[in-house]
Amino acid sequence: MLDTQSDEGYITADGRKIGGVAMEMRNITLRFGGVVAIKDISFDIRWGEIRAIIGPNGAGKSSMLNVISGFYHPQEGEVIYKGYKRPKMKPYQVARQGIARTFQNIALFEGMSVLDNIMTGRMHHMKANMLQQALWWGRASREEDENREQVEKIIDFLEIQHIRKTPVARLPYGLKKRVELARALAAEPSILLLDEPMAGMNVEEKEDMCRFILDVNDEFGTTTVLIEHDMGVVMDLSDRVVVMDYGKKIGDGTPDEVRGNEDVIRAYLGVSHD
Amino acid sequence: MSTTETLGDLCSIPALLARNAKRYGMQAAYREKEFGIWQAWTWAETQAEVRAMALGFLVLGMREGDYVAIIGRNRPALYWAMVAAQSVGAIPVPLYQDAVAEEMAYVLDHCGARFVICGDQEQVDKVLEVQEKVTCIEEIAYLDKRGMRKYDHSHMNWLQDVMREGRAAETRLGADLDQRIAALTLDHTCVMLYTSGTTGKPKGVVLSNRNIIVTSKNSSEFDNLRAGDEILAYLPMAWVGDFIFAIGQAYWTGFCVNCPESAQTMLTDLREIGPTYYFAPPRVFENMLTTVMIRMEDASPLKRRIFNHFMSFAREVGPKLLDGKPVGPGAKLKYALGNLLVYGPLKDTLGLRRIRVAYTAGEAIGPEIFDFYRSLGINLKQLYGQTEASVFITQQPDGEVRSDTVGVPSPGVEVRIAESGEVFYRSPGTFESYYKNPESTASTKDAEGWVATGDAGFFEEGSGHLRIIDRAKDVGKMADGSLFAPKYVENKLKFFPNILEAVVFGNDRDRCVAFINIDLTAVGSWAERNNIAYSSYQELAGLKRVLDTIQEHVEQVNQSVAQDKMLSGCQIHRFLVLHKELDADDGEMTRTRKVRRRIVEEKFADLIDALYAGKDSIYTETEVTYEDGRKGKLKATLELRDARVFGQPAARMAAE
Repeated sequence: MLDTQSDEGYITADGRKIGGVAMEMRNITLRFGGVVAIKDISFDIRWGEIRAIIGPNGAGKSSMLNVISGFYHPQEGEVIYKGYKRPKMKPYQVARQGIARTFQNIALFEGMSVLDNIMTGRMHHMKANMLQQALWWGRASREEDENREQVEKIIDFLEIQHIRKTPVARLPYGLKKRVELARALAAEPSILLLDEPMAGMNVEEKEDMCRFILDVNDEFGTTTVLIEHDMGVVMDLSDRVVVMDYGKKIGDGTPDEVRGNEDVIRAYLGVSHD
Repeated sequence: MSTTETLGDLCSIPALLARNAKRYGMQAAYREKEFGIWQAWTWAETQAEVRAMALGFLVLGMREGDYVAIIGRNRPALYWAMVAAQSVGAIPVPLYQDAVAEEMAYVLDHCGARFVICGDQEQVDKVLEVQEKVTCIEEIAYLDKRGMRKYDHSHMNWLQDVMREGRAAETRLGADLDQRIAALTLDHTCVMLYTSGTTGKPKGVVLSNRNIIVTSKNSSEFDNLRAGDEILAYLPMAWVGDFIFAIGQAYWTGFCVNCPESAQTMLTDLREIGPTYYFAPPRVFENMLTTVMIRMEDASPLKRRIFNHFMSFAREVGPKLLDGKPVGPGAKLKYALGNLLVYGPLKDTLGLRRIRVAYTAGEAIGPEIFDFYRSLGINLKQLYGQTEASVFITQQPDGEVRSDTVGVPSPGVEVRIAESGEVFYRSPGTFESYYKNPESTASTKDAEGWVATGDAGFFEEGSGHLRIIDRAKDVGKMADGSLFAPKYVENKLKFFPNILEAVVFGNDRDRCVAFINIDLTAVGSWAERNNIAYSSYQELAGLKRVLDTIQEHVEQVNQSVAQDKMLSGCQIHRFLVLHKELDADDGEMTRTRKVRRRIVEEKFADLIDALYAGKDSIYTETEVTYEDGRKGKLKATLELRDARVFGQPAARMAAE
């Protein structure tokens, strides 16, 4: 095991238990050709916490999320996950490592029902082969029952029973976002990545989403990393915040610390040049 | 079961439960859809669950005579909690789950509830908020564990834990519980229900075992309810009707109570269960019909033609067939064909295929809506009742069903009409008293047991059916002395699908004016079909074409009101379409969605003044309460319109 910060975590003011370090980014640099999307960034994610990444447009937040998920492999620096340095992975390996995500622009199967969409989140829990699946024989039907049960629990948890059989294409935006969250949760991830979960939502939908994110974290202890533009949401939800600007990290700490950070204020509000 | 069964020792709900567990042990008593699957409990299982819960309550220190508040959506475990509390000797007090914390505080404080059983975290939060002021609450139990882990559990329990402790205490407390159940008599309080109160603070209506059980027995026999029947329990548990249907009648006859998965899935669940006995307020039937009509508009021309053809045929023949009146063989054959092509599939889609008896009450139902269901062969009937009567005052017997009456007095009920036109009744279901409120009890119920309903009505010559005109206190006089019956006019307005709610003013004035609420579903769908864009309720309500349509409706109503000599003074001279929906959260309606006339009158006094002053438009600000309790302000400029009024036919003839 590589040595990471070896403290055991702490208890938050509202009684949640934050564990040790789950993932550590060490001096990450990511380039696309000549464009440097992320420049020498280091930070960590602890088990059980809600970690936010904020920053103006084009700051490199979504790229950072893709690095965390393992979809992008940075040119420099290393990612330490569960105590081990993570190698470059193939997409299916990425999917199997216990990190699930939602997307900024919803990426659901529009023609399929909500239930089927969420079931796809359980794909890697199903071991039956194609013949068994096709004949609905042996392991296939047994697995379907087990996984359906898990999916129904999530449907109940996110209060989407009424749209269980509705094709996703017919749903309003706010509900689609919730279905996407459900699909990510169905994978039983150890780390959940949310890319702008509240984008384009009205106040009521945002409130609902906030409650679900907190409930998920509270109930399943899921470590959550989220990108969000709505400052109110970020400051209320998260335990710690990373602030990025032009691919660089300009702040890192609790919401209060970040709020008082000069660089952060400058990046968000600009400063007068007189 | 025999329809003439006598009461015997069946003098409490727990006693009925014991009988059912013996007689219908393996039949389903409760079903609830959870995790997408219908879970069932037999009567025997139900008895075991209730017993465990009752023992658990004893362990927690519940005493005889305690008040136990129950707040949540319809779920088997919450019904069991009521029966479990009764078994201990305590009195269940179901509360409206959508009540805001302040409303809850009053009721909890008034009854001095020591125990509160909550459905989920949302209700627990409200109770905790209330607890800062209301000190009587000692223990809280909750059913849904979600989100509850972090709460201080020193005086809080998961209901499953309560039951587990109860089961463990069987040997220690079992005999005590048996004694408590055996000690219950017909005179013990069965339940206390708070009336939603169109005026003033809610009142706690105390109903005894006699009230509930005798009423349930009579009404079950009236409609031949039997053990195999199915109902869907989806109406608020705090409402007397739900208590009578889902507990009183269910325990008396032993039929099965089905609880939907959530409020939004109600219609799907209705279809899956296919109840045989069904109650819904007119609003639900209206909404169903509106949805059917909207969907038919979108259907292919052929389907639409088939639908229209057979529906107009059904309107002639359907009600006759249902009432057992003679119908020619050709018509019978055609109706059977229609049943195959239209009525059957439609009833199936609505989940009403297996209905033997359906009731509606609470408000007047539009004749078109009523006839629509009757013509499909659904035995929809009306009843008239109130909390103080344990529901039933009058109801319609099979074969004598009409949309404009509320039927004949229910078995065991006496009804008389006072000089003033107010309806009085006396029955075995007549409530004991208002809790801690002897003045109100005395003013409502006289020494001989007659209760004033507060409604004005009359018995129709010939048929002996009761007809209700309006709330007695709302029936007033216009400035020229003619009769003012706002409800009569409002109902006529509300029969238009585009109009959700209407409030008519005119007491002591020289003419009437009205507020209208449009129906978002119907008008919204119309706007969509006509490519009219709108971003909010407020904007839609202010569109010129919407106002034109509403004006047509108002004028049609005026024309029909003008036909009635007594009420022709109630024609609407001016009206406006409100910029917000009347809402219980803002206090404008009761939780059962009846308009609180006085409050609306006070709150929108500026609008009424403007209508009478003859202005063309007015700017107004209204305070609104959001679902989470926060307040906001709504600003709008409303257009005020004149409507054509019609002369009285008789009067005009006299002048000629």
